Amino acid sequence: MKIRLISTAASVAALLSVLASPAALSAGHGDMIAEGKKLAFDRKLGNCLSCHSIAGGQAAGNIGPPLIAMKARFPDKSKLRAQIYDSTANNPNSSMPPFGKHGILTDKQVDLVTEFIHSL
Amino acid sequence: MRKFVFAVSAALVVGLTTPIIVSATTPQEDLKAFRNYYYEKFPDVPKEDYINGIYSLNKDFREQWENQEEFPPYEEFIEKGEEMFNTPFANGKTYADCLPKGGIGTRAMYPHFDKESGTLKTLEEEINKCRKANGEKPLKYNKGPIANLTAYIAYTSRGEKFDTEIPNDERALALYEKGKKHWYMKRGQLNLSCADCHMYNSGMFARSDQLSPALGHLTHFPVYRLKWQGLGTPHRRFGGCNKQVRAAAYKPQSEEYKALEYFLTYMSKGLEANGPALRK
Ligand code: HEC
Ligand code: HEC
Repeated sequence: MKIRLISTAASVAALLSVLASPAALSAGHGDMIAEGKKLAFDRKLGNCLSCHSIAGGQAAGNIGPPLIAMKARFPDKSKLRAQIYDSTANNPNSSMPPFGKHGILTDKQVDLVTEFIHSL
Repeated sequence: MRKFVFAVSAALVVGLTTPIIVSATTPQEDLKAFRNYYYEKFPDVPKEDYINGIYSLNKDFREQWENQEEFPPYEEFIEKGEEMFNTPFANGKTYADCLPKGGIGTRAMYPHFDKESGTLKTLEEEINKCRKANGEKPLKYNKGPIANLTAYIAYTSRGEKFDTEIPNDERALALYEKGKKHWYMKRGQLNLSCADCHMYNSGMFARSDQLSPALGHLTHFPVYRLKWQGLGTPHRRFGGCNKQVRAAAYKPQSEEYKALEYFLTYMSKGLEANGPALRK
């Protein structure tokens, strides 16, 4: 499988092909989840814990809902990505920062965070 | 332009589920709605207790805080402020000579709209005007000696009630609207308004910080923050909260922050002055 060959520093294009692949259970995918977790927990980057409780995270806030059972909440991964990329598209009054739209995270970082959140 | 501002703030206040009402509200109506929001959200909080910020909501935090308040770290700064207040300028005059009512017990008078100049007067700016008029250098606005002075003045004003007026004067109303707009407008890379944190999410936790209600926000300034290990004026706090969302801070005593102070203080009308106070 091509996916096995993709390094963690995959290009956005390669990454998108991974996202589209249903069989993304390779070692590469595990790395992406780990990277995404780091980004999500980093206070200067995702800082998702500021508002959401997430398994494995400490001192979480509760401004947003706990991020659990995400595959059930978001069977369509692209909808999850859209919420992270620009929460205001769905709710203009959202208290959640539009991470992609405002450049808080790069497009690639949004992809990685999406992988991690979808694994919860 | 004015209409647009009303529309924006109305939309933010009522949320998107209700239709946007494009109509001006008076400061009196805003005041009522602002308070009722908190009264309904926190029915167990006694109305006069909002002056205690987050400690009005959280019993555990409050207990710790009350213990710390027994030996308040701001006490030495009140003393320094008192000494400054009573030390004559080089020309022999004192602050008492140029501040209204001799400066004592006057914290709750500020900010207020001055009809003659058409501008807002804040305590910090009046102190510097007094200094300049007497040939002294102005003080820096965020912290340090100016906060010691205002801490002393606040201390002599404990228990006085804020009685902020928004007179029916175009200029006063425009300043009020400017402050209100700052309050409700989303800003910064994180796209958060003051209201997002201190209204809609008040009582919620951002990491381990619980967000205080905005009612009573400015009654206790200058504030001693453990994080700062010192005192700060209201505009220092505004700057910090602007920067938190990665927005540029305005200058202390800019018209923007004076207007914000005017709006927020008006929302606390009738509450008691209780500065200086201790916060995390
Ligand atoms: C400042 C607060 C805040 C931060 C920081 C934040 N969120 Fe949110 N999030 C919210 C709120 C509030 C909601 C509720 C829906 C809304 O208002 O958009 C939400 C909703 C969500 C949802 C939808 C949950 C559902 O079940 O519908 C997801 C997924 C999510 N956030 C992921 C993230 C991720 C990933 C990060 C970090 C990269 C993050 N959030 C950072 C406040 C925040
Ligand atoms: C991202 C969230 C956030 C935003 C947005 C925010 N604040 Fe804050 N603010 C905090 C936190 C956290 C604290 C410290 C805990 C507390 O007292 O609420 C605080 C404290 C304060 C305090 C001191 C309260 C006290 O009792 O001493 C004031 C005043 C204040 N904020 C005003 C503002 C204003 C005005 C704005 C908009 C310009 C604003 N805040 C925007 C998070 C925020």
